[in-house]
Amino acid sequence: MIYLQIAANGLVLGGLYACIAVGFSLVWGVLNVINILHGSFIVLGSYVAYFAYVHLGIHPFISIVIAGGVLYALGYLVQAGIINRVVTAPVLITLTLTFGLDLILNNAMLVAFTADYRGISLAHPLGSLEIGPVFLPGDRVAAMALAILLTILLYRLLRDSSIGRAIIAVRMDREAAALMGVDVKRIIFPISPLNGPVFLGKAFVVCVLGGLGSVPGALAGGLLLGVIESFTSYWLGPERAVTVSFALLLVLLFVRPSGLMGRRGYE
Amino acid sequence: MTALLTLDGVSRRFGGLKAVDDVSFDVNESEIVGLIGPNGSGKTTLINLITGVHPATAGHVHFDGHDITRQRPYRIARLGLARTFQIVQPFQRMTVVDKVAAGALFCGHASDVREARAIAREHLEFTGLADMAHRPAATLTLARRKRLELAKSLAMRPRLLMLDEVNAGLNPTEIEEALAIIRKIAEQGVTIIVIEHLMKVVLSISHRLVVLHHGQLIAQGTPREVVADKRVIEAYLGAKYAAGNPGVSN
Amino acid sequence: MRSWLTLAVIAPLLAALPLVGNNYALRLATTVFMYSVMAQSWNFIGGLAGYPSFATAAFFGLGAYASAILQNHGVPMVPAWACAGVAALLFAAFLGGAILHLRGHYFAIASLIVAEMLREIVNTLPDFTGGGKGMNLPLLKLSVTAQAQFFFYAMLALAVLTVATAIVLQRSKLGFGLRCIQQNESAADIIGINSYAYKTAGFCLSAVFVGVAGAIYASWVNYIDPPDVFDVLISVKPMVMVLLGGLGTIFGPPLGAVVLLLLEEVVWRNFLTMHVAALGVIIVVLVLFLPHGLLALIRERFPTKAMAN
Repeated sequence: MIYLQIAANGLVLGGLYACIAVGFSLVWGVLNVINILHGSFIVLGSYVAYFAYVHLGIHPFISIVIAGGVLYALGYLVQAGIINRVVTAPVLITLTLTFGLDLILNNAMLVAFTADYRGISLAHPLGSLEIGPVFLPGDRVAAMALAILLTILLYRLLRDSSIGRAIIAVRMDREAAALMGVDVKRIIFPISPLNGPVFLGKAFVVCVLGGLGSVPGALAGGLLLGVIESFTSYWLGPERAVTVSFALLLVLLFVRPSGLMGRRGYE
Repeated sequence: MTALLTLDGVSRRFGGLKAVDDVSFDVNESEIVGLIGPNGSGKTTLINLITGVHPATAGHVHFDGHDITRQRPYRIARLGLARTFQIVQPFQRMTVVDKVAAGALFCGHASDVREARAIAREHLEFTGLADMAHRPAATLTLARRKRLELAKSLAMRPRLLMLDEVNAGLNPTEIEEALAIIRKIAEQGVTIIVIEHLMKVVLSISHRLVVLHHGQLIAQGTPREVVADKRVIEAYLGAKYAAGNPGVSN
Repeated sequence: MRSWLTLAVIAPLLAALPLVGNNYALRLATTVFMYSVMAQSWNFIGGLAGYPSFATAAFFGLGAYASAILQNHGVPMVPAWACAGVAALLFAAFLGGAILHLRGHYFAIASLIVAEMLREIVNTLPDFTGGGKGMNLPLLKLSVTAQAQFFFYAMLALAVLTVATAIVLQRSKLGFGLRCIQQNESAADIIGINSYAYKTAGFCLSAVFVGVAGAIYASWVNYIDPPDVFDVLISVKPMVMVLLGGLGTIFGPPLGAVVLLLLEEVVWRNFLTMHVAALGVIIVVLVLFLPHGLLALIRERFPTKAMAN
């Protein structure tokens, strides 16, 4: 029965991974730009939520709107002001550029927020959820549900709105990149600027697992990665989880670079 | 006369689409064969199958006694099979002479870069591009870029040369010049496949025509036989009406 | 000829530096040579073949650890350095076989992850590598000044060797083929280039000197640990230096190394807590305003006859 619990933990974690990866996957798949900044954006979103809660008492589930707005604006500025100038340049140029931007943002956050890990203890936690033998913390489940809901909303937006179809059709639309600001922050997990690269790594793995530029792919890849990490932590210890996911990534890149669900042709 | 290139039931699927469907024909030594068909009939895909860019999903390709069906492109090239590109103009940022030298160096048996450049100059002379040897390839006019592709392929010392729409987008005078060069190449004993969707261009120089339509071979024979073939006329008229393009004998 | 001449003039001038410079100048120069080796090596795969490799840190760390382990098992220093180069080369040959069929971003990511994997592996083998605690290397029985000079000359020799390799490569069939691959790999195949073999050869060349540089660095600083020698910045700086100097050129990477190090020194002194951000600003400005590098800028200002050839 312990396996059910591990699988459930993995799915909760995976919902967050999916949400982390979906914006990254879109920017990569649509604009052919790897946004190294992505991890730092997520961390920045976390800080917005953190300060909104600590100083203004706004519940993280509500400050999503603020964090989303702030990062949307930042993403739009970065895209329109900087990345668009080189968006058709070779991989090396766009990669180096977003790496440089990341160094700036990450360093600025380290100075502004320090490297200390911070967490929120909610005044009114949601308690826990028991489904048969499986026990889950309610806040994390709610966060995961919200993450998946936002992912699905983004998917609907892309499928049903004219902007979304333009993004898919043109594969090079400025609006698309503004979406990279729509990263949902981590809730109730400790945050630090040092987390940026970790998120970025997760986003990579999820994209390769699920295939590029596809929202359902990111969702499936995220859930899969969550479950895999959850089981490796149990069998091999938590410190092996990262190694295993990277090893998995290398193997996948070797045998199936288009992702488990992806179409060929993006290589 | 022996067959230099043999296609035997060659097919290629992309997903559910049969881009090339069970195509068989021979090309004999020293022949000029016109491979024609309306746009989208699978001509370029067929060339990609022969040169190894895409592997065939069924059938066999033999070249000079070698089975080249699943060979890597560079090996096929080294056996003496060269092609020009229809749309892509590779090596844009190289100088004209270096682009041709690349062909000589990796396929044409030049032993080093210096010798390859010397050989390249001869081929530029032959194609009338000697004056622009040191210009970047991208700065040439369309007609000259097509001749540059020819020079590069010739530098590979091919036994079989496949020319993918070398005449597309050229005006009548330029086409005449290009055809004259092709005839001169043929006189040197190189076997040639000319790929065209405009029939008129190939009628005058081809010994034989092979016609593709919807990925299938619908006719082959002398130019006179092929233009009289009912299925060929249908294919071309159909394509003409569908595309709204009065360009059959253009 | 011109390149050889330039090298023949510059190298002896640099070799005379210990006559006039103090230990601080020597340390800076040694770092410049190390940067130059890394940039030049990256240029073999990133500049010539156009494959954005992030594997420099992997080769550097591998070389450092290979040499450190060998020396702690009694192998003399200089042979250990050579072995480190060979280890990096073999690793690149193996790795190239696995990831060089990937293109663009996929290749970049795969190569980035390799360094992270190696770091993890080193961390999990404490008996062999000291794990997270790092490794000490045997101390040299030399005075401080003599040591500074020794490592100065060692790095200089390696840098000169790397430049010489670049000059030979530029005119060779291999270099020509790599440039074709950079422009259009499918077309390169069609004209008879075995692109897989060529890329692997380029990748191996980009590894071997970095491996030796890592080994010399380890002996120079006496102590290595995983975060230091597998630092992702070791992979990124060479790219910045090559972009600074000029992609695919011979003297661009060394020029970029000098400029980057000078910038780093200025930044370190003035913005200690923000020096990483300052590097980021340099990168952004560079990419946006100087995409062809300083060498192109110099050539625009002072065109020479060599351009026609």
